[in-house]
Formats: sequence, structure tokens, C-alpha cells
Amino acid sequence: MKNPYLPLPMKLVKNFTETEDKLIHTFTLQYLNEEDEKSFSYMPGQFAELCVFGKGEAPFGIASSPTEPGFLKFSVAKVGVVSTALHLMEEGTIVGVRGPLGNYYPVEEFKGKNVVIIGGGFAFTTLRSLATYMLHPERRGDYGDITVIYGARNPGLLLYKEELAAWEQSPDINLVTTIDRPVDGWNGRVGFIPAVTEEVAPSAENAYAIICGPPVMIKFTMPVLEKLGFTPKTTIMSLENRMKCGIGMCGRCNVGGKYVCKDGPVFTRAQLNQLPNEY
Amino acid sequence: MIVSKKDIPNFLDKLISEYQVFAPVKEETYTLFKQICSGADAALDAGNTKLPAKEIFFPQSEKLFSYNVSEEGARLEAPVDDQKKVIFGVRPCDAKSLTLLDNVFNNDKYQDPYYLTRRNNTIMIGIGCNSPASTCFCTSVNGGPFDTKGLDLLLVDTGDAYVVEVVSDKGREIAEKAGFAAAADANKDAAAKVKQDAVVTCQVNIDGLKAKLDVNFYDSIWEKIHEKCLGCGACTYLCPTCHCFDIVDEATDCNGCRVRNWDSCAFPLFTLHGSGHNPRTSNKERYRNRIMHKFKYFVDNFNEIACVGCGRCIKNCPVNMDIRVVLEDIRGSEARLDS
Repeated sequence: MKNPYLPLPMKLVKNFTETEDKLIHTFTLQYLNEEDEKSFSYMPGQFAELCVFGKGEAPFGIASSPTEPGFLKFSVAKVGVVSTALHLMEEGTIVGVRGPLGNYYPVEEFKGKNVVIIGGGFAFTTLRSLATYMLHPERRGDYGDITVIYGARNPGLLLYKEELAAWEQSPDINLVTTIDRPVDGWNGRVGFIPAVTEEVAPSAENAYAIICGPPVMIKFTMPVLEKLGFTPKTTIMSLENRMKCGIGMCGRCNVGGKYVCKDGPVFTRAQLNQLPNEY
Repeated sequence: MIVSKKDIPNFLDKLISEYQVFAPVKEETYTLFKQICSGADAALDAGNTKLPAKEIFFPQSEKLFSYNVSEEGARLEAPVDDQKKVIFGVRPCDAKSLTLLDNVFNNDKYQDPYYLTRRNNTIMIGIGCNSPASTCFCTSVNGGPFDTKGLDLLLVDTGDAYVVEVVSDKGREIAEKAGFAAAADANKDAAAKVKQDAVVTCQVNIDGLKAKLDVNFYDSIWEKIHEKCLGCGACTYLCPTCHCFDIVDEATDCNGCRVRNWDSCAFPLFTLHGSGHNPRTSNKERYRNRIMHKFKYFVDNFNEIACVGCGRCIKNCPVNMDIRVVLEDIRGSEARLDS
């Protein structure tokens, strides 16, 4: 019987301050053994319990893509005991990773379709994994147009700035970034995600929309997506709830009868419409 | 088969030489399941135990693994308790509760090795309930005072002796090894009479309850129903089907262990996000979740009600919340379907 509570030891090789407010760090972790990498086979949208020995563990979406071998990446906001310990951690420290957990974005269903990825704030981690996965040269041909609409309060709070710059130049992806209020030196769009999505108006024809962000962004973007013609079945979301076990046993992350950890975190809007709004 | 009551301590002593044996043991004014060293310690005529037998399989606090971390890596040790056990004198409601918990700890994707290893290595010997308590309502939730679900052997108390009903092969093996005598027709008749006379007087009508819960999440009934509840969580700690837990580290940096402790959906911290957001903000949402979990979500997921009618939550609630009344109130309420 495989013990689902045991973490894999990994080495923190990079502790990178991702945003200018310093509240989000991106952690790059390396496997200690080759076999560990084989056993940790994941897909975009999945999460893992990251553990700081002595402090505990907490769930985070995996920001790296399975097409990037050799390491795992997590972008973590400093909010609690585990995340604060992570932020203070020196490179070279051994941490634990338990997973991969949860389901993933339905990348098989996306094949032959256009994909619209909409993200706000720092909820861009598993969306980065998804975009990176689909942009991989061996997979890019499987998908139609890829549009990414990504917003933050100001430029300094956008994650993965180097990659965004590269995507800006790439013919494989249509990247739209936006900030909430004008800032000197910013030549891109200014405006909230719902309004920008309406301006960009990605076609819902033969397309899926994947949306991740703060609740208020989701709330006001949903009507826009509906207007554009995205249906409950072609609108995909990823939920967060407080978790402990990550395997559907400890009882706290349920939304109705579904556990976000085991049955999610990825749900279609059609699935969420069947559940109470307790998240 | 039949076994005389005076032979029970001897029977238990023989089991103790081969198994860890757990039985109800007298503690002040109540009984609790404890590992016994002598068959004479078993207190079998005191009604049901204060706490269910659940904690033998899913302890209130349990080490998942210990660790030692260095610059090179981490050494983890996760010993799993695979000792052979016998639970003697468990009541049918508590035996059934374990078959419900099996669904949780052996779900469609993951297996919990700690719980399942104990379950697989344990023989369950139950005793039927000749005189169900006033708080018992097992027959309303698909159980009964002589139900055999989750048992290997069921003993029926006929006065001086127990008539032994074999429920499983594991049970047969242990009964044959113990050399129980065959029951005479008179004994069988006596057992049948005891069963007939054991009436669970309290009936809760739950017909249509599930259909109501399917549509009443946003109903105003939830505003009222939780009002008396203090949110103390006592019911969740006494419940044989509650399984929520927390996971914490107990450590000094490089040496330590990860421990799981019982937790409760009655507490606000249970669902509090790091951001400060809480999907179940008030007692209303938390009480609703407890009822929904037992009588709707669990039914949707596993086709079983996650309540065995043991009545512990009724007996021990500091403000006399009575789940039987709550269920009747919900069932009788006007449901409306909106948000």
C-alpha cells in the first residue's frame, strides 16, 4: 500500500523574489534522486503539499510544467507559518513535496481547440504551467490559437516577467497584459480583467476559457465570457480551499459533496453550477 | 453456537495470548474501549461505551512518520501498526460505523495505510443490545440492535450465556478454535425472543429527508436550526462516523514527526484560508455542513447515511441539541429552490 502522507525530499535551489512588494517568492526545487522524478509524474493544474520540516505543510499549485524536466517550481505568497518559513529559507535547504495531488486541466480535450487563459494577480501559477505545457514545440501543434490575458495591480506585481517578455515576441501565443491603473513606463493596456477581456473579445468558437484569479475578478469576468459565447462546459476554473491531507480524507475542503483536493481543484463551470457556492 | 458468560474471561485470556484484545473497561461511571491484559477486565453489561471503538483504528492523535533532515536529504520512518487485534463487545452501531469509514480511508484514489492495516488485521466480536437506550435510534438509520454489519461474530445475551452468530469466515475460524458448543434449539429460541423483545422505541422519520436536503441548501431553516448550538464540537469528537483531522509537525527543526489529530467541522479555523477568507464563516454554515455531510453528501458519494443512531451526540450535548429533532424539523420544513 503506497503511503500518501510521505513527502519526497527535494533541495531548494532557488529562492527568487518574484514581485516588487516582495510578498511572492518563486521556489525552484530539485529532485535528490532520479527515481523520485519518475515517481512524481504530474500535469498542469495539479498541486502539491510543500513541507518545511519542523513547521508543517501547505498546498500550492505547481507552477512548472511537466515539459520542464529536472525541477519543480512553486510561487508562494507569504501569509502563514509554512509560507513565511519558505520565504526565509536559504538555498540548499531540504524541503518535502507530497503529490502530485488533484486533477488537472483537461489538456486532451483542448486538442484542436483554441485556448483562452485568463489570470489575475498571483493566481497565475498553474496557468503558467498550462501555457508552458501547450507551448512546448512538441505539443504546440496540438492546439489552435493560444491567448493569454493576464492582469495585476501594477507591473511590479506581474509574475514571471522574463517569460512574459518572451511570450510577447512569440508568434505561438497572443499575450495581453494589463494593469489596474496607469504607471509611468508602462506602454501596455490599463484596465481590469473583465473590461480587457471584453475589449480583446476572444472568440468562443471551438474554444475553451480557463480562468483563475481573485473572486471579484471571476465574478465580473464570468458575464463577459458568457456574452462572448463560452458555455458552462467550456469555462474552466480552479478552486482553492483550506486543505490538510490533500487526498479526500480530512474533511475540510469540501464544496458540497466534492473535495477540492481529490475531485478538483479543476472544475468546469457546469460542474460548479451543481454545487453550493461555499468556497 | 453458544458460550456461557462465566467462560468469557477464559475465552478472552486465550485471545490475549495471540491478539491485542480491546474490550469495554469500567472507568468511574462509564466504560471505554481499552486494551485488556486479563479477560476479567471486560465490563460487558454496562451499555455502550462513552467513546466509540473508532479510535482503535483512527486514534485521536497519531504519528504519521518521524523524520530526520540533514543537508544530504531526509530520512523518514513511517511504522504502520500491523498487530493482530480483536475488538470484543462492540455494539452493532459502532461496528457499522467502521464500514462507513472504510469508504473514506479507502476512497476512489487513495488508501490510508494506518487505518486500513488496522482494519485488515482486526476481528470484530459484537454484542447485541437487549435494552437499547432512550437516545438510541439505530433502526431509523438502516441499523438495528442485532445488526451484523461490520462484525465477524455477534453475541446475543440470553441471560447466563451468549448465543453466538457467525457472520464471517474470520469469525467462524475464531469460534471454532475457541470450541464453542453447539446451541440447542431452546437456546436459539431464547436468542430469537431476546431479539424480538429488544425494541428501539425512538423512531425518527427520515423519509424524504434526503430529497429535502438536495434542494434546501439556501433555505431559511438553517438560520434557525443552528441557533442553540455552541459550536463546541463535542458531538464530532464522540461521533463514530466523524473522520475530520488536522496534520501538524511536532519538531525541533531537523528532528521531528508529523502527527494527525482529530479536528472538527464545528470550529471556524477548520476552513479558514490563509487570505482570511472563510467559506463557512458562521455557525450556521458549519452546522449545515455537518448535517449535509452526514445525510446528503455521504449518501451521494457512498450511498449510505453517515449516522448510525448511537445517540452519543444527544446524550453529551451541553445544550441538549437533539439531532432527531433537527432532522424532523428539516424534513417538515418548506423547501425552496433558489440561491
